Amino acid sequence: MRKNGVKMIKIKAKDVDVFYGKKQALFNISLDIEENQVTALIGPSGCGKSTFLRCLNRMNDVIDICSVKGEILINDFNINDKSCDVVRLREKIGMVFQKPNPFPKTLYENVSYGPTIHGMAQSKQEMDEIVETSLKKAALWEEVKDRLHEPGTGLSGGQQQRLCIARAISVRPEVILMDEPCSALDPIATAQIEELIDELKKEHTIIIVTHSMAQAARVSQNTGFFHLGQLIEHGSTDKIFKNPDNTKTQDYITGRFG
Amino acid sequence: MNKNKEQLLNKRYKAEQRFRLYGLSAIFMALLFLTIFIFKIFSTGYSAFQKTWLIVPVTFDAELMMLDRNPSKEDLQDADYYDIALKSMADLDPNANEDQENELKRMVSYFFEKEIKNELLNDPSLIGKTKEVYLTASDDLDQVFKGNYPRDLPEDQRRVSDYQLKIFDQLVANGKVESKFNISFFTNADSREAELAGIASSFMGSIFSILVCLMIAFPVAVLAAIYLEEFAPKNRFTDFIEVNINNLAAVPSIVFGLLGLGVLLAIFQLPRSTPLVGGITLSLMTLPTIIIAARASLKAVPPSIREAALAMGASRMQTTMHHTVPLSMPGTLSGTIIGLAQALGETAPLILIGMVAFVNTIPGSPMDPAASLPVQIYIWAESAERGFVEKVSACIMVLLGFLITMNLFAQIIRHKFEKKWS
Repeated sequence: MRKNGVKMIKIKAKDVDVFYGKKQALFNISLDIEENQVTALIGPSGCGKSTFLRCLNRMNDVIDICSVKGEILINDFNINDKSCDVVRLREKIGMVFQKPNPFPKTLYENVSYGPTIHGMAQSKQEMDEIVETSLKKAALWEEVKDRLHEPGTGLSGGQQQRLCIARAISVRPEVILMDEPCSALDPIATAQIEELIDELKKEHTIIIVTHSMAQAARVSQNTGFFHLGQLIEHGSTDKIFKNPDNTKTQDYITGRFG
Repeated sequence: MNKNKEQLLNKRYKAEQRFRLYGLSAIFMALLFLTIFIFKIFSTGYSAFQKTWLIVPVTFDAELMMLDRNPSKEDLQDADYYDIALKSMADLDPNANEDQENELKRMVSYFFEKEIKNELLNDPSLIGKTKEVYLTASDDLDQVFKGNYPRDLPEDQRRVSDYQLKIFDQLVANGKVESKFNISFFTNADSREAELAGIASSFMGSIFSILVCLMIAFPVAVLAAIYLEEFAPKNRFTDFIEVNINNLAAVPSIVFGLLGLGVLLAIFQLPRSTPLVGGITLSLMTLPTIIIAARASLKAVPPSIREAALAMGASRMQTTMHHTVPLSMPGTLSGTIIGLAQALGETAPLILIGMVAFVNTIPGSPMDPAASLPVQIYIWAESAERGFVEKVSACIMVLLGFLITMNLFAQIIRHKFEKKWS
């Protein structure tokens, strides 16, 4: 998104290092992420792209041996600062995981969980509205409107993933992180999710980790290429795919390794 | 080459067949032992659910009972029933001498006077009339009637005399001996007389102990498990605690009994022989079992559920209470029930804290002295009278029934509330 021709930066990572115990997983990552755009993170398995993604909502806190150094500024506020409240942060930064992970509760409860714990609805009616809007935005409403009180785990894989997206957007996050959201889905479900991502970027900034270069090319405006814990190259998707600066990027894109 | 391959294939199939055979014979052995065990218990124990009654004509002679013409209820309560009771037994053989009259009296339980009294209290109009009354047979005759008593022993080695047997056989021939379902086995407390002994006290004692144990062990264990699994940092200290919880689960139960004796009875001066102390002691023993089960079922909740909740901005506490704990409850509960079933069958610690005492009252609260089912088995198994042999097996049957019900309950909970996650 450009305002008066200036790129709006939503997230600014500066010299981020991540360690698992003594092993360093990310080296000196500095990356700017544009607001209301889709940024794809690509790279071979184990290159650290998911680790970087999890830094952005501090999900790495869950792993005891993991430590993160460096600055990550979201709206010019360093989320690695001690004063950052992680619950508040995650309200603003939603996340969709690789494997669909709906709660083993009803569809309604799945979507209303976030708004409930953050006190976003004053009445049952308001909550119903939030659930409906979220499901509509996730393009799931038409399929499930008659069975909102059935368990979310009874849906198909693609529907479950859209349910997870609905759950993530129910609290109106500014940023949505997606960790290989389509890797467990068939091509039709994948196409639906990709369409959805394109729609969602109007209101949210999206960062997606993907294994599929075709997917990165289809959905993203910016791309970052990771290799062995380093950010090799980043820029507009067009440039990365058509005219990369680095030979490694070139090799990966053309399928010579990875 | 081809032939070699075929041979190898044959060998592999044979090896599999042998393995199946070993497995089958192992299962067969286990089933055989189980069948022998159950057959032995049932064949010895089933007769305890029947009780033998002698039907004896009793004349409610007002004069012998020292009653006025129109006695009140209190008069009936205070009347002297011993003489008419004695007389009705003596009348079974009109030619009996004094020694034989004594023997006749011993054919029924010492309780027979009360049984006659109850008969009259139920129907005061019986005064002056004669009625056939059911009297509990003595435990020895009970065993004779059930065929458990060797009649061919020499008389001086028997507790039943030839004379008693003669009269008893006459009664049997006249149809004056009857076998009925033994209600008193379930409603009476323990007694020195086998024909009157029941499991009510030990059954209630067991239930109270288990309840006390549940109320203490469950909340403590679940909180400990949740803290250790979801909140505690992973360091040397928590590792040390974990190792010790596992050690605690392996401590012999008698050690917990000594702890109960030394701490609960000696220092805290809690009342001896009560289900309260028994329950606390058992809860110490059950605690590690429940902690281990609860931790295992918390571990079994997929991390993706925790991540989903955390990523929604739930705090750790909310993640745990809204998602992890409810999902782990079926496993925790069935682990708890299995822990309680273990505690239910525990004897050694209860003996040490004094629940082995002879208790002939039924406890109304955990603060009253009581026995427990396994201890009752132990007490009866130690008794000399032949009448207790079948009671031991019957008590084992009740205990087994109790355990099977609990385990069944655990299974039902597990199946009913188990949620499937994708």
